[in-house]
Parts: sequence; C-alpha cells; structure tokens
Amino acid sequence: MKEKLIKIFEALEKMDRRIIFIFIGLAVILPFFIPFGFEFSVSPPVQKFYDSIGSIPPGSKVLLSADYDPASMPELYPMHLAALKQLFSRDLKVICTQLWPTGSPLAEMAFQEIAVGEFDKKYGVDYVNLGFKEGREVVMVSMGESIPKTFPTDYHGTKVEDLPIMQGVKNFNDVAMIVNISAGVPGTKEWVLQVQSRYHIKLASGTTAVSAPEFYPYLQSNQLAGLLGGMKGAAEYEKLVGRIGLGRRGMDSQSVSHIVIFIFILIGNIAYFSMGGRKKK
Amino acid sequence: MIHTEIIGTWLGAALTLFIFSFLYKDNPFYKFAEHLFVGVSAGYGVAMEFHNVFVPNLWKPLWGGNLWFLVPFAFGILLFTRFFSKIAWLSRWSIALIIGIFAGIYIVGYAQGDLVQQIHANLLPLWQGNLFSFIRNFLSAFYNWLTFRGSVLIWLDYTKNFLLVVGVLVSLVYFFFSKEHKGALGVGAKVGVWFLMVSFGASFGYTVMSRMSLLIGRVYFLLGNWLGLIR
Repeated sequence: MKEKLIKIFEALEKMDRRIIFIFIGLAVILPFFIPFGFEFSVSPPVQKFYDSIGSIPPGSKVLLSADYDPASMPELYPMHLAALKQLFSRDLKVICTQLWPTGSPLAEMAFQEIAVGEFDKKYGVDYVNLGFKEGREVVMVSMGESIPKTFPTDYHGTKVEDLPIMQGVKNFNDVAMIVNISAGVPGTKEWVLQVQSRYHIKLASGTTAVSAPEFYPYLQSNQLAGLLGGMKGAAEYEKLVGRIGLGRRGMDSQSVSHIVIFIFILIGNIAYFSMGGRKKK
Repeated sequence: MIHTEIIGTWLGAALTLFIFSFLYKDNPFYKFAEHLFVGVSAGYGVAMEFHNVFVPNLWKPLWGGNLWFLVPFAFGILLFTRFFSKIAWLSRWSIALIIGIFAGIYIVGYAQGDLVQQIHANLLPLWQGNLFSFIRNFLSAFYNWLTFRGSVLIWLDYTKNFLLVVGVLVSLVYFFFSKEHKGALGVGAKVGVWFLMVSFGASFGYTVMSRMSLLIGRVYFLLGNWLGLIR
C-alpha cells in the first residue's frame, strides 16, 4: 500500500505540466456550456462602491478615469460598463479621462454600449470623453488647478469650453466624486495619494484582482469609498446594478477553475511532503 | 464596417490561438504573435504620444507664437544628447528637472496620503462601547460559535481592531533589524512572519483569480465572439 502510494506520488512529481493546462482549460470552458449556478453574495467593499455612487444627487457631475488597457479588459471592462449603467440610471453626468493611452478607445466603446445603446444619452451634454493625457501624477495635480486647462480639447478635438457638460467645471471642487477603473500605475494609488488626500474628494475604485489587496488599507482608512476587486468584484457589482455581463457569466468558470487549482495545490503538497520532504531528511 | 469587424475577430482569434500554442511548446506562431504585439504596442505608443503630447503641448503653442515654449523644447532636445557621448552630460539637466518635479509631487503625496493617513487609520480603540456590553456581546458570540449559530465573522467583528493593531506592530517588529530577533523581540518577529504570510497568501489568491479572469476573457471571446457558441 505504502509503495503504491509512493509510486503514485512519484508519477505526480513527473507529471507533464500540460496535463494541468488541460484540466484548467476544461474547468474554464465547460461551465459556459453547463452552468453550475454557484451563488455568491455581495461583499462590503462592493456594496460601499455601489452606495457611494447611489448617494450622489441626480444631475451631479462625476469624473470617471479609465486607466487600463485591453490586457485587463476581462476584469475591468465589465466594471466600467456596470459603473456607467449605475451613473446614467441615476441621471449623473460623466466626464471621462484616461491616464493610459490605450484606455481611450475602451472608454469610447463603453460609452457607445451604455450611454448610446442603453440610455440614449447625448454626447457633450450628459457625457464627455476628454481622452488621454500624458504626465501621470502631474496630470492629476494639474487637474486640481484646472481641468479645462489640463484637457483643452476632448477626445474628438472639440474645445471643452464649447461642451455644455463642461460649463462650470473648473477643478475637482466641481465634481461630486471620482470613479477610477485602474489596471496599475498610474491608477488608484496615485489618485488616492495625489487627489483624494489633497482635495478630500470622494473616490471609489475598481481594480484588477492582482492589485486589490494593496488597496484594502485605503478602504479601511476611508480614503476609498468603495472597492471592486477583479472579476469577482465586477460580478458582485453587476448583481447590484442588475446587469448580466462577463463578470457574472465568468463566475462559474472562475469558481470551478479555483477548485481545480486548489486540488492541484493540495495534491502537490501531499506529494512534496511525502517524497521531497523525506528525501531532504 | 461589418467586414472590418469580422476580419478583426478572426485576426484576434488567430493571434489568441498563436499565443496559447506556447502552452504546448515554443513555436514560430507564438514568436510571430509576440513580436507583432511588441511592434504594434510600440507603434501605437509613439503615435499616441506624438498626437496627444508633442502636437498639443508643444508644437501648437510654439506655432501659435508662444515663445515661452522654447524652454521645454530646449529641455526636450537636451534629452537626445544621450546619443552623443561627448555632450551626453547635457541630458542630465532635463533628467534632473523631471526627477525634481516627480520627487516633489511624490513626497507630498506619500506624506499626506500614505504616512499620515495610514498611521491615523491604525490608531483605533481595541474595542468599542463599554466594557460590560463588550463582554456580553463577546460571550454571546462565543455561545453562538459553540452552538454553530454564529460564524467566524462575528468573532472577527469584535477582534478586527485588535488584530489590525497587533498585526501592524508585529510586522514592524519583523522589519526591525537593529537588534537580534531573540526573546520577546524574536516572538514578536515570528508572529509578524505569520501575519505577513497571511497577507502573501491573500495576494497570491488574488493573483490566481486575476490570471484566471484573463483566461476566461479570452475563452469567452473565442467561444462567443468568434465561434458564436455562447451568448
């Protein structure tokens, strides 16, 4: 019996890593065809994110900074769409900026899908895309002085003074809150350090799962009004907003793949301590 | 328009499969997709910077007669002196300016946003309310735990401030290297390691989730947008 187990562990140690890839692939693909319907609840950081937008009076202006790229789309684009849905359903006006050059086309796509596709909102009146501006933290600090001077034209080249939504918008004092969708640097950390701490403006953030743990201290200190972490955060937020996007659709695959990874880690550790550990001794 | 979308989807699907082929082993298709990605990213970055930075921030104001912009223009030109070894030192002026500005912005940001705020956020009462209600609630939570009526969350709710403060202190002790980690300091450092390990575990879990999300996104694209098998 013991020898049999050792043989199994030895085989596991020599197992081709591509077998693991096949298992992971199946764990991701199969739930799309056979939904498992795993239930999930809304966590407090996501509820706070939702409530922070929900507490803003209708008609207010919100700054949405889409600081991400196509590589993080599966996690952040569902958040972006859900956030726009909540913002427009509350009749809030959205001023969008990007500190990542590849964020501009994504912001345009998101507006087309939600503002135009679902709410029939008018560009320049209900929403505007100010586009990308290079300069990272310098841009943030400059926006604190003057948003129109930092972004003299919008993404399409129109002067911001000609846009009705920008009338009366000088700096952060004229927006009710900032929603940041962030994939890294510059992103949520920089918005907290350069803007929230200086201007004490309400800031909520949606980030990739990789960077989410870094931002929990800011949530605990109330520097962040809410936090969406990765696809799970997006799924919870979609649940609150009442939208079925990639976040919710991907949750079964996420759960099954995690179970598979968990099993492999468990087996790997058992094999290691039964074989490798003993060898070392 | 529709044709462009179809071509884009097929191109995206092909490149995704090329990248995935690396999971089997390195091959020319993977190499092609990798190089294409690097090239396109660099090209897009240069074009974006030119149209969004150089033209509106320098070229247009200069062309409009604002001669003050000759100063940043000169500093920009100095950066290119790095290509000529004899006058490469001139680029240090521009680099010094960049470092000076960013250092100034960072120091203020970190001091205000991280140092002060985070220290302030850790100055917490170890429990809230009066002692009697705390003991009553604590015993009630203990009873619920014993009878499986409550959950760990109730316990965490009462002990979270205590755990937070202790966690911060012992983690700081671990990074105190001026004295050998022996005795009380050693015990504190060991507990600190456990707190750090929990934190690394949480980060690793989130990283796994992040990577799986990216795979799910690509699989959804292949099965939905490309093959039309799912909606």
